Amino acid sequence: MKSKAAKAATGVLALFVLVAVFGPMLAPYDSVATGVSDRLLPPGSTLSDGSFALLGTDQLGRDVFAQVIAGSRISLLVAVTVVVVGGLIGLVLGLLAGYYGGWLDTVISRVGDMQLAFPSILLAILLAGALGPSLTNVIIALAVTRWVIFARVVRGSALSTRNREFVDSARVMGAGSVRIMARYIYPSCVQPLLVAATVQVGLTMVAEAALSFLGLGVPIDQASWGSTIAAGRDYLASAWWIAAVPGIALTLVVICVGVLGDSARDGSDNTKVAVVR
Amino acid sequence: MIIYIARRLAQSVFLVFGAITIVFLVLRVIPGDPASLILGSQATAEELEAKRQELGLGDPLLAQYFRHLGEVLRLDFGESWRLGGDAFANVLERLPATLTLAGYALALTLLIGFPLGVHAARNTGKAVDRLVSYLSLTGQALPSFWVGIMLVLIFSRMLDILPATADGTPLALVLPAFTLALPFLGWLARLVRNGTLEELGKDYVRTARSKGLSERVVFNVHVLRNTLTPVVTVLGLVLGNFIADAVIIEQVFAWPGIGSLMIESIVNRDYAVAEAAILLIAIFYIGLNLAVDVLYFYLDPRITLETV
Repeated sequence: MKSKAAKAATGVLALFVLVAVFGPMLAPYDSVATGVSDRLLPPGSTLSDGSFALLGTDQLGRDVFAQVIAGSRISLLVAVTVVVVGGLIGLVLGLLAGYYGGWLDTVISRVGDMQLAFPSILLAILLAGALGPSLTNVIIALAVTRWVIFARVVRGSALSTRNREFVDSARVMGAGSVRIMARYIYPSCVQPLLVAATVQVGLTMVAEAALSFLGLGVPIDQASWGSTIAAGRDYLASAWWIAAVPGIALTLVVICVGVLGDSARDGSDNTKVAVVR
Repeated sequence: MIIYIARRLAQSVFLVFGAITIVFLVLRVIPGDPASLILGSQATAEELEAKRQELGLGDPLLAQYFRHLGEVLRLDFGESWRLGGDAFANVLERLPATLTLAGYALALTLLIGFPLGVHAARNTGKAVDRLVSYLSLTGQALPSFWVGIMLVLIFSRMLDILPATADGTPLALVLPAFTLALPFLGWLARLVRNGTLEELGKDYVRTARSKGLSERVVFNVHVLRNTLTPVVTVLGLVLGNFIADAVIIEQVFAWPGIGSLMIESIVNRDYAVAEAAILLIAIFYIGLNLAVDVLYFYLDPRITLETV
């Protein structure tokens, strides 16, 4: 049953990635193009120019389906970039902290503690607010809040590996610290790092949507699931689909990521993954 | 015991300093020119210069930091240009609304999550057990701000039985409190379920059964008490998360708490209030974590300094 769920989740996610990458070519989204006569049409309506609006139109007459596709691109872009950037920073700092120990470990770990004293979404909100709304700033704000989680995971694995026999023998053979970290310690960190990364992709998507919902995420001329939901909130009574559809898409993708994360965790032995919200 | 508490206390004080430092870095160092961040792009050169003087931006960073630290410790965050008056006083005024919301959410989590978890443990593999595992999987994944909006759509707009925003009636609490509680409901139920199952497999349960106690007594007297310890401690952490999550949920329901104040302040560049609000939330969070650790230590006599 577990693997069936994982297969279904993989399928949904593959579709999501395809839509995010190629969808905007098929259903172009133009944030400026508005059709006043086509405002707030329900799903399945035919627009004045003869095109078909599968998921209805918004308050400015823009196609909600095209918005959701455009939003999937932002969502995927932000999540992947944040996890890669945050993961790399976390990997390097976690390796250094775990391998060298001592004062370096103390500094890196304490900075991490300080940051985790904040609920991470608060720090992201503050950073995004101070940096101003832009795609890059959203990525920076979220990557800053995520590196700690990766660093902790990697540090833990590095700590448990650094005194193993094969590391000692490499040292005796004259391997330098960088070589030991890259060739002997890094491989033991990959599995837990990947599990953590899967979990974080989902959390980052929700965080991006939340920032954009609050008006602190991507600028308004770029469609994000969060900002579309925020816009739809004012039209709940007359056009529920504007807020409902992007949220359903987000929920579906995040749950599928969660299912994959669970099966990845079950598949990898003795990994403890810190799920920090 | 005292050594442990003292150590955790010192750690918490360090974390509070860390929080103050991080906020200082974000608001004063990253933007390059905090004066233009605070005043916005329409400010004239004279206004900017006056603000720079006021903030002491000409001083070395370290001097600025220590001066700011002193101000924060005196709870002097400055004036709110948007609301008028002391920034911290403005934040304190909004505190009761957030605490009420978090308190009700906690009550909901406990009243629904605990019985659900116990029920699932006694019916493993049945419908209620599957419900718990679905809830714990999806509850955490759902974007809570969207769930809130959908609840408004269903219960306020379609069924028209609950108010969508804070209108002063107690009913207005229902939707925001439930939205806040939902991600943790399934989580707590799962925790209780697993804890109960673990306890049921222990020797003392077999002993209790073998001396002829009824299954009800075994369960209610012996097992439940032992599952309570982790629940009590975890509730502190949940409360901390509620106060943090409330930042977004309050915005959805126009709830007049600290969270919505913080967002409004950040959007309107009222950084004195934003800083006071975020630090108060962070201190709550740190304080609750401390309380949980101490409580855990106190509640479970098996935990000794060596095992911590």
